[in-house]
Amino acid sequence: MDNTKRRRYNLPLRVVNYNNSISMNEQEKPDKTRRNLIVATSAVGAAAGLGAAVPFVASMWPSERARAAGAPVEVDISRMAPGELAVVEWRGKPVWVIRRTQEMLASLKAVEARLSDPASKASEQPKYAENEYRSAKPEFMVMEGVCTHLGCSPQLKGLEAKAEMGADWAGGFYCPCHGSKFDLAGRVFRGAPAPVNLKVPPYEFVTDGTLVIGEDKEKKGA
Amino acid sequence: MRKLLLAALCAPLVAFASEAGYPLDPSPHDARDLVSLQSGARTFVNYCLGCHSAQYMRYQGLTAIGLTEAQIRDHLMFTADKIGEPMRGPMSVKEGKQWFGVAPPDLSVIARSRGADWLYTYLRTFYRDPKTTSGWNNAVFPNAAMPHALWMLQGERRLEVAAGGHGHVDYKWSELSKGAQSVTEYDATVRDLVNFLVYVGEPHAASRKAIGVLTLFVLGVLFVLAYLLKKEYWKDVH
Amino acid sequence: MGAQLRALWGWFDARMPSVAEQWKIHAANYYAPKNFNFWYFFGALSMLVLGIQIVSGIFLTMNYKPDASLAFGSVEYIMRDVPGGWLLRYIHSTGASAFFVVVYLHMFRGLLYGSYKQPRELVWIFGVLIYLTLMGEAFFGYLLPWGQMSYWGAQVIVNLFGTVPLIGPDLALWIRGDYVVSDATLNRFFALHVIAFPLVLLGLVVAHILALHDVGSNNPDGIEIKKTKGPDGHPLDGIPFHPYYTVKDLMGAVLFLAIFCFIMFFVPEVGGYFLEYNNFIPADPLKTPPHIAPVWYFTPYYSILRAVPPLFHSQFPGVLAMGVATMILFFLPWLDRSPVKSIRYRGSLYKSALALFVVVFLVLGYLGTEPTTVWGQFGFDAFFLDTKDVATWVARVCTVLYFAFFFLMPWYTARDKVLPVPERVTS
Repeated sequence: MDNTKRRRYNLPLRVVNYNNSISMNEQEKPDKTRRNLIVATSAVGAAAGLGAAVPFVASMWPSERARAAGAPVEVDISRMAPGELAVVEWRGKPVWVIRRTQEMLASLKAVEARLSDPASKASEQPKYAENEYRSAKPEFMVMEGVCTHLGCSPQLKGLEAKAEMGADWAGGFYCPCHGSKFDLAGRVFRGAPAPVNLKVPPYEFVTDGTLVIGEDKEKKGA
Repeated sequence: MRKLLLAALCAPLVAFASEAGYPLDPSPHDARDLVSLQSGARTFVNYCLGCHSAQYMRYQGLTAIGLTEAQIRDHLMFTADKIGEPMRGPMSVKEGKQWFGVAPPDLSVIARSRGADWLYTYLRTFYRDPKTTSGWNNAVFPNAAMPHALWMLQGERRLEVAAGGHGHVDYKWSELSKGAQSVTEYDATVRDLVNFLVYVGEPHAASRKAIGVLTLFVLGVLFVLAYLLKKEYWKDVH
Repeated sequence: MGAQLRALWGWFDARMPSVAEQWKIHAANYYAPKNFNFWYFFGALSMLVLGIQIVSGIFLTMNYKPDASLAFGSVEYIMRDVPGGWLLRYIHSTGASAFFVVVYLHMFRGLLYGSYKQPRELVWIFGVLIYLTLMGEAFFGYLLPWGQMSYWGAQVIVNLFGTVPLIGPDLALWIRGDYVVSDATLNRFFALHVIAFPLVLLGLVVAHILALHDVGSNNPDGIEIKKTKGPDGHPLDGIPFHPYYTVKDLMGAVLFLAIFCFIMFFVPEVGGYFLEYNNFIPADPLKTPPHIAPVWYFTPYYSILRAVPPLFHSQFPGVLAMGVATMILFFLPWLDRSPVKSIRYRGSLYKSALALFVVVFLVLGYLGTEPTTVWGQFGFDAFFLDTKDVATWVARVCTVLYFAFFFLMPWYTARDKVLPVPERVTS
């Protein structure tokens, strides 16, 4: 075989200039077929690569075990006395259920002047809690017992705590960490470091005596 | 006390169960048959969960075989309060070991270790044997500690093993009492149970195959393009 | 947009020119022989599988629990409860076996074309080190699922170390961290598998490739392309690795991934060879499964170990034989006395020896997966080679032949007829 004929390739290679050294195609005038093939292969390759990434990314979402542990919680409210506070764990957080008395409900209006956000415009609550009582049923208040400042769990302070809370205290919650105060609808008082009212989780009264926290008619299994 | 001791002594024999021996029947289950899977789930919960568990299978997962959460809660959940809980039986490992000599194994992946054919044959070849503690023995798994949990469905049988010619073994089955199901019905029950156990062994098997088809299609297209691209560049090489 | 990207690259390149430099050295200006064939895909594929194992391994570690009471359950947790977890597991289990398929084919290429011969002895040595590290990595990884095969395989192999004279029992105790394989062993094997050995592997792979690139690649004709250079200073029979071999390896990688995915999605267990059935039974220190066999990629050496009978009341000779069977690979560049590299120009002595070696390796491999009774007994009283099992007899013959391939090599490669080697590559 003629050795001169055995020259391997005739690419008109461009002098490698650092500005372009990483591109795969280093020819002056890319062949149309070559360019199309590169585009097509890159496109399908990128799609395949994205597809391959899906299980890796997906694996980091909560597993079935986490979802089972974070499943909705049933609470028996049939035997709750008026004025009683029940604390239930849901998704690792304390959720308060208060059976409010008539006086407690009346006090909600009375303290409005001292609240940062009496209409709960900035806080998180489901649609059915966007009313003057912040609950689906006025009698039962459901809210997360987690201070919206830095996450401590506030303490219940009833009327008997007037000595420490002030003469105009009508009942509510006090956070020991940095002094935030909340009323009996979880709304934050002015002057507190907490920025918004306490969060209300989704909940549903499946029967008159049973409350399910974590699930409601709008979004099942939230 | 003596019976317990005897059971405990028999336990090690389990380790030396022979694998050659009784010929296995191929399991006729169809993994896509949802009714069969549901029937298997029912049999499992009614007859197996008493002693065994399937601790890696959550009740919630049964929605994948066509059951609603309400159906699972009402008809299948005897051992758990929440649907997200795993299928555990009431018998503890300690109790199982004490009563049977060896704790009934967890069945979550039994279909992957033993295989469907083995399970299908095993569940249909129990026979009465006065020499064992439980009074039962099994052709596929000699001296198994497990009694015939499904005996009320299959009935009781006796087995005679005779050495035939040329190392061949003859198995002679005879009926001792009738069960609630005919042979065909019982085979179908076991088939469905095995189907369910296979499903429990790998709940994502169906989606694995489906995604596999899609993946191979994409890779096929990608290969054609990569091949053409290679040929295009290598035109220049002589 | 293009102009801005170019400007960004220019900024970067002005401050770290070594990136572009290295790209030139190892890809754009690395001239590889143009006649690479099928056997030359497997180096790149090995790197691909290494990457696949590392990435899938990282995500598995996010959910796996290296505790004897939790490990088995955590693997089932990954298979069922973690979204896409089943796929991560299968990628890793298929990848483990795929790694050895690819590495064995890669090594075989070396035997075919004399890639271990001067000046590439160091490339070969790094390669054998990679192979040994890979075997260690696989061994440690296999304990992690904490199934019956995991447990008893580890127990047996660690006990082998216990047969070393004088220091054996203490060595085994030190490796295990306990009197039997236990939680302590599991935890340390986890550390070794997840970080220690992968780092060693990565370092060795870098060394392997640097050593190769420093001398240039071999080729199926076994001739040195650098001997014939063109006016531009590049080998006449060479082509730049990029774009020619990047595009060819891309094609090879896609085909490999298709085969990989076929196995992974449709037959991940591969009849019990890639995922052993007994490993779906949780580890039980009190009950040994009827047959313990290592995973398929170790079985040739396991066969050799089993074939050597106890001598002087010790199983150590068998362990020694198994060790020598792997270590002998290091010496290949010096055992081979042939003046030519490639099998294409060697005589029938070497060709027959290599063919026989392949058969012997495969037979030993198969026998290692089965109990020694798999081929029955001799009907007659054949106590030649001191056994009645046909399989053991065959394993012993094959062991002798395996060692003969290496130990007799200086003799038959020197004596072998050779064909004249061309100046330029042929195909």
